[in-house]
Amino acid sequence: MQIEPRANVSVLRAGLAPIIAVLAALVLCSVLIVWAGAPVLESYFLLFKGALGSRFALTETITRSIPLMFTGLAAAIAFRAKFYNIGAEGQLYCGALAATYFGTGLVVLPALLMVPFLMIVGALAGGLILIIPVLLKTHMKVDEVVTTLLLNFIILLLVSFLIEGPWKDPMAMGWPQAASIIDEGVLPLLMSKGRLHAGLLFALAAAFLVWVMMRFTVWGYEIKAVGLNAKAAEFAGIRINSTIIRTAMISGGLAGLAGVSEVAGLKGYLTLDISPGFGYTGIAVAMLAQLHPLAVIPAALFLSAVYVGADAMSRAVAIPTYIADVLVGVSVLCVLISVMLTKFKIRWR
Amino acid sequence: MDLIEIFLTTGFWAATIRIVSPLIFATLGELICERAGVLNLGIEGIMTIGAMAGWMWVYQGGDLWTGVMFAALVGGTFGLVHSIFTVYLGLSQHVTGIGVTMFASSLSYFIYRMMLPDATTPPKIIPFQTYPIPGLSELPIVGEAVFTQTPMTYLALLCVPIVWYMLYRTPVGLAVRMAGENPVAVEAQGIDVLAIRTGAVVVGSGLMAVGGAFITMSAFDAFFFGMINGRGWIAIALVVFASWRPGKALLGAVLFAGLEAFQVRAQQVAGASILPYQFYLMLPYLLSIVAMVIMARRARYPKALLVPYRRGERV
Repeated sequence: MQIEPRANVSVLRAGLAPIIAVLAALVLCSVLIVWAGAPVLESYFLLFKGALGSRFALTETITRSIPLMFTGLAAAIAFRAKFYNIGAEGQLYCGALAATYFGTGLVVLPALLMVPFLMIVGALAGGLILIIPVLLKTHMKVDEVVTTLLLNFIILLLVSFLIEGPWKDPMAMGWPQAASIIDEGVLPLLMSKGRLHAGLLFALAAAFLVWVMMRFTVWGYEIKAVGLNAKAAEFAGIRINSTIIRTAMISGGLAGLAGVSEVAGLKGYLTLDISPGFGYTGIAVAMLAQLHPLAVIPAALFLSAVYVGADAMSRAVAIPTYIADVLVGVSVLCVLISVMLTKFKIRWR
Repeated sequence: MDLIEIFLTTGFWAATIRIVSPLIFATLGELICERAGVLNLGIEGIMTIGAMAGWMWVYQGGDLWTGVMFAALVGGTFGLVHSIFTVYLGLSQHVTGIGVTMFASSLSYFIYRMMLPDATTPPKIIPFQTYPIPGLSELPIVGEAVFTQTPMTYLALLCVPIVWYMLYRTPVGLAVRMAGENPVAVEAQGIDVLAIRTGAVVVGSGLMAVGGAFITMSAFDAFFFGMINGRGWIAIALVVFASWRPGKALLGAVLFAGLEAFQVRAQQVAGASILPYQFYLMLPYLLSIVAMVIMARRARYPKALLVPYRRGERV
C-alpha cells in the first residue's frame, strides 16, 4: 500500500469530505441500531425529526449548539497551531466560575455593560487557566495534552467544592448550586418561547471574528505557519513560543465564553452539570469543520442536532441515548480518513 | 492516630499494591506503544471498554480468566483501529487517540445499557478473590501487603519483568525500541516498521484493557459510568515520569499509588477539618502534573514518537 499526495486538492472534495464522513458514521452506527432491534431508516428519521421537526425542537437544537460553537472554535484555533488543548471542558467551567464570582452581586452595572463585562471576565478566566499548561509546554517541554486533560478533573473538583461549600446558594433547598446571576447580567432571550438566548449572537460573532483574524491578520498567519511547520516559521522570524501562548489564550478564552453563556444565558446559575462534555464534543466539532472557524457553525449545529435528536429517538424506539456519543466518536475517526483522502490517494500494489 | 502512623499499618501497604495494579497494566501498555513511536491517547477509552468487556463476560456466565483474555482481545482490537489510522495511514496520533477514546468509552456505555436496560443499581459479579501465596504470605508486613492479593495483582507485578525482558533482551524488543527511535534503521534490517509498530500498539492496548478489567473484576465487582476517571491520562503522565523504562514505571506507579492510599486514610484521620474532600481527590491529578514537570527536563522522548513512517520517504 502506498500513500501519495494529490497534486491539487479540489475545493469540492474538501467541502464534501466531512459530509461523507458523517454519512459513513451513520452507516457504521446503524449496526448498533440493528442490534437494538429498531428499523434503521425510521430511527434516523426520528432522530432528525426530534432535532429539527418542530419549532421547539429547532430552537432547542440551536440553543444546545451555542456552547459547542465556542468550544469548537477553541479547539479549531488551538489545533491549527498544533497546540492540543483538550482542556476546553475545564476552561468552560473556569469561565462559568468567573461569571458566577462577578455576576452574583459583586459587581453591578447596567445590563448593556454587565453582559459584556461577564463575557470578558469569563474569557480571561478561561485563558488564564491555560497559562499553566502552555508555559509548561513552551518552557519545560511538558506535553500539553495530558496537563490540559488532568486540569479538567482538578477544575471540576474545585467547582464541586465551591458550590457545595462557600458559594452554595442557601436558597437552593440544599441543591449544590451557586447563587443566581443578577438580572442585569442575564443574557436576554431571543424569542418569547423556548430557551434560545443572546449567547447565540456572541457565538456567531466569535466565529466571524476568529475567521477574520485567521484569514486577514498577521496573528492568524503566524498561527497557521507555526502549525504547518514550526521550524520553517522560526526561520521566517516568527516567534513560536509567543505565538503558541497567544493561541492558547484565545482558545481558552473562547472555551471560557461557553461557560459564561451557559451560566448567564441558559441556566442562570452555576451547577456541576452545566456541561455534559461540551469541551470534548468541541473537538469533534472542530474536526468536522476541518478547523475552519466559519464551518464550526454548521458543525456545531449538526452535532447539537444529533444530541437533541438522540433523546427523542431513544424515547420513541428503545435505543440507549449513548448512541449520540458513539456517533460523535465515530464521526471524528471517519472525518480523519475522509479529509486525508482529499489530500492523498492510496495506491494498492 | 497520627498521620505518620498510617505508613506503619499493613492496610496502607496492601492498599498501595491494590491501587497500583491497574496503573501498572496501563502504564506498561502505554510505554510499549510509545517505545514503538506511537502515542496512544485511546488509553482512557480502551481501559473503559476493557473494564466493561471483562465484567460483562463474567456477568454473562463466563469464567474470570477468560474474561481477562476477552478484555485484552477487545482492547487489542481498538489498538488495531488506532494503528491502522496512525501507523498505516499516518494520521494525527493526537486526534485519532481522542477519537478512539470517545468511540470506545461511549460504545462501552451503549453496550452496557443495551445488555442491561433496566438495571438501576449496577449488578455484581463474584470477582477475583485474594489468594495468599503459600509461605511468602506469612512474612511480616510484606506477606500481607504483597503476597495476600488477588491473582490479577500478581499478574500485574509479573508483567514488569516480562515487559522489561521483552523490550531489552529479545530481538522483537530491540525492533520495537528501534521503531520508536530510528525507523529507517529498522527498515534497513529488513524488518517491517509498520508491522512492528502495529504489533506494539495492539499488545499495549491489550494491556491497557486488562488494567481496566482489573477495576471491575478485582478491585470492585461492578461496572459504573465514569469508573476509569482519568486513570488512563495518569498512566500517560507516569510513562513520562518513568522516562519510558518499565522498572521506573513500576517505581513511579507505586509512589503514586502510595500517595493515593495515603490521602484516603489521611482523609479519615484528619477529616474535613484540614481540607474539604475535593482537595484530597485533586491530589492524584495534581501529582501527575507535578511528576511530569519534575521529569520533563530530563525526559528523553523516543525520537520518532509522533512521527509517522512512510516507506521510501526521506526524513
